Amino acid sequence: MASANRNRAHILIRKGRVIDPASGRDDVADLLIENGRLTRIGASLDAPGADIVEADGHWVLPGLVDACVHLSLPGSGRTGDIASETRAAAAGGITHLAAQPDCGPVDSTAVVRLIREQAGQAGFARIMPIAAMTQGLLGEQLAEMSTLARAGCIAVGNAGGKVANALVLKRSLEYAATFDLPVMFRPQDSALSAGGCAHEGPVATRLGLPGIPAVAESVDLSRDLLLVEATGVRAHFQQISSRDSLRLLRAAKRRGLPVTADVSIQHLLLDESALEGFNSHCHVIPPLRSAADREALLEAVADGTIDAICSQHTPIGSSSKAAPFPATKPGMAGLDVLLSLVLQLVSEGKLELSRALDAVTAAPARCLGIQAGQLETGRPASLCVLDPAGVKDLREDWLSAGNNSPWRHAQLKGSVKLTVCQGKVSWLSD
Amino acid sequence: MSWDEQQLQTHLDAMAAAINERFADKSPLLVGIESGGAWVAQVLNDRLPTALPLGSLNPAFYRDDFDTRGLKPTVTPSKLPFDVDGQHILLVDDVLMTGRTIRAAMNELFDFGRPASISLVVLFDIGHRQLPIRADICGETLALPPHQRVELRGPSPLIAEIRNLVVEDDTETRS
Amino acid sequence: MTPTLAPSSRVQLTDDGKLRHFLTTEHLPRSLLEDILDTAASFVDVGGRAIKKVPLLRGKTVVNLFFESSTRTRSTFELAAQRLSADVLNLDIAKSATSKGETLLDTLRNLEAMAADMFVVRHQDSGAPFFIANEVTPNVAVINAGDGRHAHPTQAMLDMYTIRHYKGGFAGLKVAIVGDILHSRVARSQVHALNILGAEEVRLIGPKTLLPVDAEALGATVFTDMAQGLKDVDVVIMLRLQKERMDSALLPSEGEFFRLYGLNNDKLHFAKDDAIVMHPGPINRGVEIASEVADGPRSVILNQVTFGIAVRMAVMSMAISGQDSDSNALAASTESMEGAGGARGQR
Repeated sequence: MASANRNRAHILIRKGRVIDPASGRDDVADLLIENGRLTRIGASLDAPGADIVEADGHWVLPGLVDACVHLSLPGSGRTGDIASETRAAAAGGITHLAAQPDCGPVDSTAVVRLIREQAGQAGFARIMPIAAMTQGLLGEQLAEMSTLARAGCIAVGNAGGKVANALVLKRSLEYAATFDLPVMFRPQDSALSAGGCAHEGPVATRLGLPGIPAVAESVDLSRDLLLVEATGVRAHFQQISSRDSLRLLRAAKRRGLPVTADVSIQHLLLDESALEGFNSHCHVIPPLRSAADREALLEAVADGTIDAICSQHTPIGSSSKAAPFPATKPGMAGLDVLLSLVLQLVSEGKLELSRALDAVTAAPARCLGIQAGQLETGRPASLCVLDPAGVKDLREDWLSAGNNSPWRHAQLKGSVKLTVCQGKVSWLSD
Repeated sequence: MSWDEQQLQTHLDAMAAAINERFADKSPLLVGIESGGAWVAQVLNDRLPTALPLGSLNPAFYRDDFDTRGLKPTVTPSKLPFDVDGQHILLVDDVLMTGRTIRAAMNELFDFGRPASISLVVLFDIGHRQLPIRADICGETLALPPHQRVELRGPSPLIAEIRNLVVEDDTETRS
Repeated sequence: MTPTLAPSSRVQLTDDGKLRHFLTTEHLPRSLLEDILDTAASFVDVGGRAIKKVPLLRGKTVVNLFFESSTRTRSTFELAAQRLSADVLNLDIAKSATSKGETLLDTLRNLEAMAADMFVVRHQDSGAPFFIANEVTPNVAVINAGDGRHAHPTQAMLDMYTIRHYKGGFAGLKVAIVGDILHSRVARSQVHALNILGAEEVRLIGPKTLLPVDAEALGATVFTDMAQGLKDVDVVIMLRLQKERMDSALLPSEGEFFRLYGLNNDKLHFAKDDAIVMHPGPINRGVEIASEVADGPRSVILNQVTFGIAVRMAVMSMAISGQDSDSNALAASTESMEGAGGARGQR
């Protein structure tokens, strides 16, 4: 569909397998959306005047929550715009996107307003901006966290950028804690990773690519965890990539620290071997690490050490990827394939279905502290209807303006028939 | 059809005699074309009353079919242990076919210097010439149909015989 | 379905195994590396002729694209191309448009009108020649003259030629490579070539700060001690130490490096009595190698340079030949698809 529906939905979804990880529900039922609100879930519902969606053989899921997306605002160096990218999200069953502060950056209410306006106009998905923690994301002076939160930001973060020193970091965390704002961390020590573009390991050695050692992440994570403990701030660690980090996270959770974590979908499916032939589509930060790291990340998602799976969607224009590997911009587009790739992990036996779906619905909502990712009656409906066996042919159906993905021409399982976002239809397949 | 050792030795004796008769006063240099011509040159040199200075050419870099056949790593590079300037060269090959190998060998010779003359000595001319190149001394002249060649094998047993070839486009394979 | 990955040899070779780009020694078949050495052998004498040329690449255009300056390497490539009778164009891109921000892709597009038959590329980014061969100009033979830390295959092959010349072959050979392995594209290419050609053991010697992580994964044994590393080796290859390494907390001083890893006669005694000493050049006297060794009887450093021209001639002619046979194959299959019957005309 070219543009989202402006009207509040009045839809009866019949006989779908309704899966709601938050409540543990998994059964065949009807769902009724009236005036945009999810009013009833039950057997053989009646709804005169409602649009009927036959969901026999389909799944009905809460709208997906993507905890990490890099928006394409002018000047961000990314391709596409909020309309094109949120449309790709909607077609992939995603209704809520947490936008990283590095588009802008998000350190003024004007930028927050711009994001919310453009998202609202396009109407494909709800964008929840994360505010910059420091001014200009330069890591030196505090940003106006309270004002930005009031304008609609749900959390603060430094988008993986360097913070000048431990003192500035501690004060930033204390300030965020004042307003009970969660802080998003992307741990990577800047000096240890300077100039690097690949995991420091046998593949980078052979390809002669400057490496980023795993310890760059765990050194930073270790410091961050100690400061989180000292300041009492709510913390979410993004795009964890190495085994060593998982050790630290497990210990922190055992001690009862209020920390959560996510991993990007590509780190669960790919490892450093994907770089062979200098494949610049696999140039991402944090880098794709070893097969052992990948296995450990999958186990961590399974046991809940890692709460959520995100796309880390970064749409990049082809000219920025058409260059020798180290000269390309890092990042992978992922909104088109997040759901299908999660289903692929389930079908390969790497994750249980319930945990996998939880990792992209209720869990990221919890990490971000937002009301989403659940099928809750009485609230505006955000859900999707999925044909788990249907083929999504990305050769035809890819929607993001960024073609930078190894799955750009793949055929994956899992095609979304209908997405409803905050009570309005945001995607309807033909 | 074939030639046994005795028939070939008879040809080689006649060729050596012809060389001696026509070129003895010119103090020529003997240059064989790898690999069959180099062998023939050595055999002729052994029959001459006085041995001539002997060299060999491998004109692989001067062939006209580099674009289609490519470059094969050559094991025996050209070896000319003398100055060619102002000299009379006897270029020797075992079988004269289209004449292109001789053309390539002459081009290579001229990159070494400027000979006073080049004369061609071959054991067999099989009548397939595509260029205006002819033998000055020839063991035996034949008129073979396009699909036939003469193959020389040796040194023991020394034998030459006519072979049929399967011709496909520009590439030739032995049947 | 996970995406498929292209191994480097698929890019470098035609369907029937001929060389069409020379980007890295890694993953190439042994027979091909030996062909390069054999072909180079037949080119060695060309420099001794009155006319130091053969007409193999006559009418072909070779473009030297050097994004990283290097007079030495560039002049050997230029000389090699000229000895093959090719027309040579030198583009010193380091000083021109790309400094103004023109991308590599744009630079190459602008060169399309020149109808080059071959690019010789040196670039600071690992993988640049792969990018060019794969995605920009697959029908122009690309020769890698050095990319980032990744590969310097022609240097490795001239080193292999040198070793074969002095040692007769590679079986049973122990070769030590000493110095800044971490930043060395030459070392990586040498390790691959030595393993493919059948050397018995390749050793990498240096301080931990100059050894890459997982160096063993390259196919070598790692030593941090010269006495142990050089014990009974047949060939010692010393690498150049850049002055910048002292500034980036990798080494304290040239003096300490020389004391521990610099090659002098004392340390050379650990190697076999007939071991040869090599260096890709230019040498830093008193830093990685003492003059007594560089100028001594076991050093073959000067001959490496002579062999370099012949090796580059070999690689260039093989790659052009591979590209030509590729386009002929393509033309032939197009013809047969279009139903153009009959034998092709005599040339």
